Parts: sequence; structure tokens; C-alpha cells
Amino acid sequence: MNRVFLFLPLAIFIVMGVYFALGLREDPSSIPSRMIDRPLPVFDLPGIAEGEPGFSNADLDGQVALVNVFGSWCPPCEIEHPMLMQISRSGRVPIFGVDWRDEPGAGAAWLARNGNPYQRVGDDPEGDLAFELGITGAPETFLIDRQGRVRFHHVGVIDETVWRDTLLPMIEALEVE
Amino acid sequence: MRPDLLILTIFLVVLTYSPVALASPPPDEQMVDPGMEIRARELYRDLRCVVCQSQSIDESNAALAADMRDKVRQRLLAGDSNAEVLAWVRERYGDYVLMTPPLQANTLFLWLLPFIALIGGGAVLVSFVRRQARQAGIRMDGEDEAELARLRDEEGQS
Repeated sequence: MNRVFLFLPLAIFIVMGVYFALGLREDPSSIPSRMIDRPLPVFDLPGIAEGEPGFSNADLDGQVALVNVFGSWCPPCEIEHPMLMQISRSGRVPIFGVDWRDEPGAGAAWLARNGNPYQRVGDDPEGDLAFELGITGAPETFLIDRQGRVRFHHVGVIDETVWRDTLLPMIEALEVE
Repeated sequence: MRPDLLILTIFLVVLTYSPVALASPPPDEQMVDPGMEIRARELYRDLRCVVCQSQSIDESNAALAADMRDKVRQRLLAGDSNAEVLAWVRERYGDYVLMTPPLQANTLFLWLLPFIALIGGGAVLVSFVRRQARQAGIRMDGEDEAELARLRDEEGQS
């Protein structure tokens, strides 16, 4: 009986080892989103430049759409940008932008330089909407269904793989829902 | 005191306390009401910075942490209690944002583990000590007695 107990530390070590090994595969920077299956909060953001239209819930009405949180200060957004342009050109799904924590005019200048993939862009200089959405960094993207609910929350850059393997199939499913 | 020693002392004191100075929020973040400021600092320590993750928003100088501190102050000024502020942030960022995990079904094991370890370790310790005591209590018979005397004699002990 005592001999069996001698193996207890080894057994505990193995269990913990497996647990930690699985933990290493997880991305610690992605925390579970609170937004899934919840409606977007009510918002009405001003435009990012004089005379530019803003972005509010009404703009999304009834369509499956992507809402992308970005900033001109954010290097990964620069990396993501060509992919958003490509999606926008394909006309597959409308993309709406939330310009997060930008200096006045910086977001508009950035879009003028790099191209504008967004139907509408709202200015969120104080991060009020970003806070309501539980944003932890830029870029982050929400997939919105016809009822204005968040169905998917992507943290980080949308690349070809994310678009093809994750977003596009979900969009197709939502459109026939 | 020699001047070079004095300079060294000042240098060491400044070095020792500089992290404390860095940890306080910048002056433009101080609340006017000192009572509110104390409550705000308490809340900052309870909330995790979601970009830096191992730091509370009290310690972090990330832009997002500054935003979160600002939101906490806004809620306090709006008359929320500390618990209401925490619930409000948790509603948006989830349990993860709290530095102290709440006691609930999925954290029960986490909270109970130290007590399980303490009781388990205590049980092992008690059984070990009892066994030792039992072995020490075994009486020697005549044969052992004679063997012990012979060995002591051999070593020159009496």
C-alpha cells in the first residue's frame, strides 16, 4: 500500500505537466469576449473629419457586417489594412470602422494615405465605445448579424486565413439565417 | 558625513523609492475629493490591465489602463458604490478583469485548493509523526539489550 503512495508525486507531476502543456498552446492575450450573442451597445459616433458622416447603430440596420476597431497609431492595423481593402473591393460584406484613441484628423489622414475600406467610420477618441465593447487592443473585429447582435469577436489582425476559414463561412451562415 | 557618502545615500534613497513614485497616477488623474481618490486607488488595485494582464490598472502606464482609470473616476463621480463600479467593468471585460477571482462554481477548486493542500499535508504529517512515535515506543527484548551492550562496549562507551 505504501509503495503505491510513493508514485503519488510522479502522478501529480504528470497531471500538472499535461495541464501546463495544454496551457502553453493557448494565447494568453485573448480573453473570452463578453459580447458574443449580445446586441451592440447603443452608440452614435461623430465622423473622423469635418463634413464626414459618423457611425451609429442605424447604419448597420438589417445587414450582416463587420465592425473593425483600428487606430492610425497601431502598427498591426497597418498590416491588416490591405486585407480589409481586399474584402471591401470584393463587396462581400460591408465593413464599418471605429477609429479608436486617435488624435483629431490622424485617422482621416491615415485612411486618405492607405485607402478607406469602410462604409462609415466613427471617431472614438476617448475610447467610450471601445470600453463598452471590451476592447483590449487594436485591431479587433466584430461580426454583426442582421439583428445587430455580435456573433463573433476576432482579436488581432484579419489575414487571408482568418477571412477564408473563419469569417467568410460565418458570414455565409448568417446571411441565410 | 563625507560628501561622497552623502551623495551615495541620497542616490540610494531616491533609487529605492522611485518605483513608488512611478506607481502613483499622474497628478492630472488625481480626484479633487481625497475620499474619492482613496476609493479610486482601491478600485485601480482591484482591476486588471487587460493589455498588460499581470498588472493592475493602478500599476500600469498603458494607455488602455489610463482609459480604464478614467472610466472608474467617471463612475465614482456619477455616485456609484465600489461594488457597482467593479460590476460595471466586469460586465464589459468579464471575470478576467478582476484581480481577485470571484468565488463561484468555476473558481471553487481554485479557492479550496490551499485548504485541501493544508488538510492533506497535515494528514500526511500526523500519520508520519504517529508512526515514528510508535516505532520509538517498541520495547527492546533481552537479545537486543545484550547486542546493544556489546556494541557500546566495543565503542568504549559505558
